[in-house]
Amino acid sequence: MTSKWLFGAALAASALSVAAPASAATKFEFWYGLSGDLSERIQDMCKTFNESQADYEIVCVSQNDYEANLQNTIAAFRANRQPTITQISDGGTLDLMLSGAYVPVRQLMEENGYQINWDDYFSGIASYYSTSKGELLSMPFNSSTAMFYYNTDALEAVGFEGAPQTWEQVEQIARDLKAAGYDCPVAFDPTGIWQWWEQFSAAHNQPIASKGNGYEGLDATVEFNHGKFVDQLTWIKKMYDEGLFVAKSKAIGETSNDAFVNAKCQMSSSSIADHGTFAKQAVEGMHWDVAMLPVWEGTERTNTLVGGASLWTLKGSTEEQYKGAAAFYAFLATPKQAEWWSTVTGYIPVTNSGFKAMTDKGFYAEAPYKGRERAVESLTFTPPTEYTRGVRLGNFGAVRLEVANAIQEVLFNNVPVQQALDGAAERSNEVLRRFEQTYAGAQLP
Amino acid sequence: MERRAFYRNGTLPWLLLAPQLLLVLVFFYWPTSQALYWAFTLEQAWGGGNTWVGFANFLAIFRDGQYWATVGRSAFYAICATGLSMAIALTLAMFVDRALKGTRIFQSVFVWPYAIAAPAAGVAFRFIFSPEAGLIGSINDIWPGIWSPATNGWHALGMVIVCHAWLGIGYNFIFFLAALQMIPKSITEAGAMDGARPFQRMLDLQLPLIAPTVFFLMIMNLISSFTDSFGLIDTMTEGGPIGATEVMVYNIYIDGFKGLDYSGAAAQSIVLMVLVIALTFVQFRWVEKRVHYS
Repeated sequence: MTSKWLFGAALAASALSVAAPASAATKFEFWYGLSGDLSERIQDMCKTFNESQADYEIVCVSQNDYEANLQNTIAAFRANRQPTITQISDGGTLDLMLSGAYVPVRQLMEENGYQINWDDYFSGIASYYSTSKGELLSMPFNSSTAMFYYNTDALEAVGFEGAPQTWEQVEQIARDLKAAGYDCPVAFDPTGIWQWWEQFSAAHNQPIASKGNGYEGLDATVEFNHGKFVDQLTWIKKMYDEGLFVAKSKAIGETSNDAFVNAKCQMSSSSIADHGTFAKQAVEGMHWDVAMLPVWEGTERTNTLVGGASLWTLKGSTEEQYKGAAAFYAFLATPKQAEWWSTVTGYIPVTNSGFKAMTDKGFYAEAPYKGRERAVESLTFTPPTEYTRGVRLGNFGAVRLEVANAIQEVLFNNVPVQQALDGAAERSNEVLRRFEQTYAGAQLP
Repeated sequence: MERRAFYRNGTLPWLLLAPQLLLVLVFFYWPTSQALYWAFTLEQAWGGGNTWVGFANFLAIFRDGQYWATVGRSAFYAICATGLSMAIALTLAMFVDRALKGTRIFQSVFVWPYAIAAPAAGVAFRFIFSPEAGLIGSINDIWPGIWSPATNGWHALGMVIVCHAWLGIGYNFIFFLAALQMIPKSITEAGAMDGARPFQRMLDLQLPLIAPTVFFLMIMNLISSFTDSFGLIDTMTEGGPIGATEVMVYNIYIDGFKGLDYSGAAAQSIVLMVLVIALTFVQFRWVEKRVHYS
């Protein structure tokens, strides 16, 4: 009976792909997992591409979010109705790599006669989406990293100038704010594991998993229950109990982003991609700024991980459609288009030359774009290390869920930190072992 | 007198049956056989291949303490939602059956909730129960922090159960009312003449007489709370906080779609299916034989 769910999802997904009527231009589909404002920007982008040439017509379909897009793409792929291009988030990279369902982007571009300087991509971005030999498998698209946002008015009110750079400073500011009558010094999203766990680990060069975060084999085990993240969660719990960190999420009724732009909470951590949205939504008269994620005093900061998603070209399309996909990627990489995308969203440029061109033009010199260059600084702070080049874990979504649950157990149910993280680690390792068995004998590309 | 229709043409009955058989085949047997196959293999999410593992998937879920927690939670959910929904529906049906003022209006009004799709009701109830802005949430203004379904698992589970019960009231109400109206008026009148108050009559006369309906509804409600809770949970809590509202059917969704563990989810589907089949079996074999007017 319940297996109807599986079938229903497959059916719904395949119904979405509409057969193309005969026309001069070759049609191909692009499914993506963004909604709202960002979805409209993608539609603008598709329109520009279609108007820029007459040979191809891209049909861009929003699937609402990354998760739904992944599920629908898989269902469609199994039913042979998949789009030519699909957008897969950072955490789903290994699932795709082992699927055998894609055409490597480098091969695609070479076969269709495009010359691309692959070394131009930021190393932190390339390392997440490349094979061990450094060949990019998917096209870097919307790239971001986690940042720390703060309300400059509030911080000045308690006598703090500039950006908080260490967690010690954050704690001090939070105490001062509380004493000055602010009831939400820091907005903490208990499901925001990407910024509070993965990116914290990267900035402090802490392993998320053994074997170099899984890059050296499918037999990796998670490592988040040792090292600095344990201390970090202990600290977060202390801050939460003292009312210095306030839980904010969709389930609670207000997201941490909303609490920040409404000036209810004075500090928050979120993606650089939200920079544009914050500028639009911040209540009138509110002054705010963005900084790299704080680190603990005495830490040698390392680069943070690239977030967001990349574009995968799926098997099963016609040669003409692949030509169209290649033309679309080439279009995305043009300086004009890359700058437009970075301007209307908060996503960062993905190449050194793109970033340099925008810096030279003075793009980052003043509001409202000032501050976004710090995301690039954070992403390229050091060359990627063993633990900051990315995460290569199978079914990473399930691991993320375990960590999110552990954080909430600690915060809401007073489960001891070590016990909660050990439990999450044990279950995460089971997920990884299952994945290893499912792909028994597979080699990481 | 018994009437029967005979077909001389042997193929005609099959032709008439065909649309229904086709539907059942396509929408039940095909996906079920697929799930059954996956449950005994390790299926790659992208369909790249699979390996036969026998009962390993079942052993894995039975070894998993958190799986048993979802089973226990499902049972709790089913019993509470069924009990609550049936008790309220029975009370309403009793009043409507007594032909008080406005009975005809209530007769149709009480059925309405059944026509509302679970996800739509879930969204509405999420607003009503929202701790920051909702109707129920306003008690937080009096006692801050007393209502917190986003952090307190029991609050969240209670909230979903109440909504599930509310949705089922209409369905239960119709069956109860129909059953009550089938009872010959003379019996209740006789009871009344002997001096039994309405409550006494309900316990001693009406309830025993509608026992078959009560048992039928109980089984239907139990089955529905095992399988239909998905829409509500997905819109209201997404299984949270910390998995406190993860019942069996939602766990299947999380493991299968969010965790891309198709085989584990398929094995869980089979377990749930067996459970529902068992309940149905009880309904047909046990309840229909034992419960009758006497």
